[in-house]
Amino acid sequence: MNSRTISAASCSRARLRSEVKAAAGIGVFVLTWLDRGLPFIAIVVLLLFWEGATRLFAIPSFLLPAPSAILAAAIAVPPGIWFGHIWATLRVALMGFGLAVAVSIPLAVCLASSKFLSRTVYPLLVVVQSTPIVAVAPIIVVTLGAGDLPRVVITFLITFFPIVVSTVTGLQSTPEELIELSRSLRAGRKREILHIRLPFAVPHIFSALKISTTLAVIGAVVAEFVAAEKGLGFFIAFSTSNFRIPTAFAGLVILVAISLSLFQAVSFVQRRFVGWSLPKAKQ
Amino acid sequence: MSNLPVISFRALEQVFAAADGRPVHALKGMSFEIGRHEFVAVLGPSGCGKSTLLRLIAGLLKPTQGQVAIYDRVVTEPRDEIGIVFQRPTLLPWFDVLGNVTFPMRHKYGHVGENELERARKLLTLVGLADFQHKRIDELSGGMQQRVAIARALLLDPDILLMDEPFSALDALSRDEMSFELLRIWTQSPKTVLFITHSIPEALLLSDRIIVMTSRPGSIREIIDVPFARPRSMSTFSEPQFHELANHIRSQLFSRPVAV
Repeated sequence: MNSRTISAASCSRARLRSEVKAAAGIGVFVLTWLDRGLPFIAIVVLLLFWEGATRLFAIPSFLLPAPSAILAAAIAVPPGIWFGHIWATLRVALMGFGLAVAVSIPLAVCLASSKFLSRTVYPLLVVVQSTPIVAVAPIIVVTLGAGDLPRVVITFLITFFPIVVSTVTGLQSTPEELIELSRSLRAGRKREILHIRLPFAVPHIFSALKISTTLAVIGAVVAEFVAAEKGLGFFIAFSTSNFRIPTAFAGLVILVAISLSLFQAVSFVQRRFVGWSLPKAKQ
Repeated sequence: MSNLPVISFRALEQVFAAADGRPVHALKGMSFEIGRHEFVAVLGPSGCGKSTLLRLIAGLLKPTQGQVAIYDRVVTEPRDEIGIVFQRPTLLPWFDVLGNVTFPMRHKYGHVGENELERARKLLTLVGLADFQHKRIDELSGGMQQRVAIARALLLDPDILLMDEPFSALDALSRDEMSFELLRIWTQSPKTVLFITHSIPEALLLSDRIIVMTSRPGSIREIIDVPFARPRSMSTFSEPQFHELANHIRSQLFSRPVAV
């Protein structure tokens, strides 16, 4: 009798415990999704607030268009027109970015391996970096004409410096012991750079590439502000001058989307091909 | 031939320029000979030029005065006879364990053949990491990483192994374990070893002879013949002479350097 009540009690306690555990499981599940969804929720809340504020205070759309107005303006522009502008900007950004990568990494290798070059060329790079490219852009357009070339050059000038600096830092952060190992094997300078220094610079290079994707889009837009008849920078400038502010905002949203996509693309390449270079928690 | 010293250095002297341009004497009047398959420990206070000595023997530094010879040929550049193990494992995070062990081959000759892969696997078995070939480096403990570094140093089958405080970054327990591991590896694959350390028990446990150095400028204070029979084990620590010698070395290290 006594033992039966005890067993019944323990049985119900066990059931209770498993129910508590299940509830906790659901709680953890909800919390995990809430945690994942938080950035999205934050954006939605901001958009609702924005929409509500513009309606409540009757803010005119040329000052601050409501998200719904921006969406409507975006839909009003035919997809073919959007595509043409997006492609023009993306093309320039990617070419400028590609050129910056192709020039910066070899340049960084030269700077890191030659004291003479780092004493002579590096100060010049700092001067170029210190020049406000936005101010130089009109001059570059005058010099190089109206095609893609001046835009690519402007994008390149804005993009290349962080890649050079980070790559040089990476090349020089190689542990001294590995350089001694390389020298003790008499492997030569070329292999020391290719097998040891450059791989050690990969985490630094990718940090710079992520910054540079955003800069590349800025570069392309700046170039289009100065002289262009296509591209999102041109589109925004043109819409604004015609007081079509919601349309300009729609162009801006698409620019942000392009920047984010490029950033994500670089992150993807890093995860996929050089996953070891990420901090351990993110692998 | 077997009487020929493997490593010999004569009147070795090394002077560096300090940051303020003043000359710093790192080593002074070092002369010594190390025989085939001898295990020699170099013991001295921090900054006494132990690592400088190792780099001079490795051909990574040029001596200011005197010379180093390996098999009676003066060292002017790094030589194939030498493998180095550093204080930190400094493995390459983008390779797995096997890739790190075969790295010297890839780095020196540009390719890794089937023979080297086979040899690398055998070396990993020798250092007790046979099942870890394809592990990533950050999955290994400090002791395991240093085992990989030892296997890497042995890949090209050097006659000489130079070890620069290889276990000093490990915790005390791993350190003792690695000392016995090194004795086992050295017994199975005999090499001439120069082992730099600042641990007196480690030097006594491992070596045939100990070079006790003075502090800067580093020079030989005393050479100690370690009398314990091989193979050595935990019981070596409890031999009465062990403490006697340890105390003697300690008094040598802490007393003021002899005026020259």
